[in-house]
Amino acid sequence: MIERLGFDVLFKGSNFIRLLEGLGIALRISIISVVISIVLGIVVGMLMTIKNPIIKAITRIYLEIVRIMPQMVLLFIVYFGATKSLGINLTAETASIIVFSFWGTAEMADLVRGSLISIPVIQYESSAALGLTKIQTYIYVIIPQTIRRLIPLSINLITRMIKTTSLVMMIGIVEVLKVGQQIIEANRKASPNAAFGVFATVFLLYFLACWPISQFSKYLEKRAI
Amino acid sequence: MNFEVISSYLPLYTEAFFLTIKIGWIGILIALSIGILGAFILHFNIPVLSIIVKVYVELFRNTPLLVQLFFIYFGLPKLGIVISVETCGAVGLGLLGGSYMTEAFRSGLEAVPVSQTESAQSLGFSKGQIFRCIILPQAFSISVPAVLANVIFLLKETSVFSAISLMDLMFTAKDLIGLYYNTTECLFLLVVFYIVMLLPVSYLGSFIEKKVRFAQFGD
Repeated sequence: MIERLGFDVLFKGSNFIRLLEGLGIALRISIISVVISIVLGIVVGMLMTIKNPIIKAITRIYLEIVRIMPQMVLLFIVYFGATKSLGINLTAETASIIVFSFWGTAEMADLVRGSLISIPVIQYESSAALGLTKIQTYIYVIIPQTIRRLIPLSINLITRMIKTTSLVMMIGIVEVLKVGQQIIEANRKASPNAAFGVFATVFLLYFLACWPISQFSKYLEKRAI
Repeated sequence: MNFEVISSYLPLYTEAFFLTIKIGWIGILIALSIGILGAFILHFNIPVLSIIVKVYVELFRNTPLLVQLFFIYFGLPKLGIVISVETCGAVGLGLLGGSYMTEAFRSGLEAVPVSQTESAQSLGFSKGQIFRCIILPQAFSISVPAVLANVIFLLKETSVFSAISLMDLMFTAKDLIGLYYNTTECLFLLVVFYIVMLLPVSYLGSFIEKKVRFAQFGD
């Protein structure tokens, strides 16, 4: 049964470890991108609440670009376009971190902006009435409330980032899917049904990586309300 | 940028553009049908089916489309289920989208306040009437923004089809870059076609969102 479904290749040699290592590369890229996105996203999100027409126009164009351009297209532009037109030779990993941070920053900024403007005006007014300065208002009143709303949403961003990193195989990074393909190719004769077993395993691995995180985010979201 | 090259590539891109749109929208229609069905099953808490829907939603929301497509296109034939690339793309997108749409419609149904049901009951509405005339219109209005965001997300996800050699925009661009090295022109056309595909949907989406905002009336 195991052989008929092609799960046997996983137990040959170090195949399963190699798959896990591939997943590790995808996870590493997504963690780095998430950290960059969260830091930059908070800054950009706060900038977006400033009522300055120029900043508003720039951030709107930025958000719109990210909203309608598939990440795969951005990946190709940065990886192939930058080399060709700017002469910069980026490694595939750097290119993917740049693209995912560019995308994640926009997503994060939108979340930050959303939770900043969702704080009722009354909070600002009450703080002013209590004699808090502007900085004190932000530190003691606004930011703690914003963070409570932001944490579940930014954790959710991590799972989306992990799912998106599966695209990096298209620019030649050997991550879990590519390793899977290599294993299938190498065992084409010995276990012709490997494709089912290997891809089912990859499917499950991604699920096991993302599901706990998204459940955690759901739990925090319920608690935050 | 060489415009002669661009004009000579245009027919190839146009062909790919229509294929992408066709498969994208078939996938979205499948997603919408699965979503509505799934949300109803969860809302009415139908015994066995609701567990199946829950497992399906969690499985497909927590895995990338690329992995799902690889599994459907390369894995399933080993069990004797062989489907064409186009069908695989549409089905894969439909299954992924279905899980997102189920969530969108379900949260819409849940977001209708209980007081609405109670008020309708006190006015003598029957159960069917309450669902049809009170819950459904409001749930629809509430879930529209999420559904539209999902539509844009799914149209963007069509770019993943290129990985299973479906001749979509992304595949055409990749193919031409590999053949002739006109990287700048190919990427430029790619961006232009994606803008043509998604910008109208994005604008139409915000227009529809404003039109159907009746459930939040008075807030």
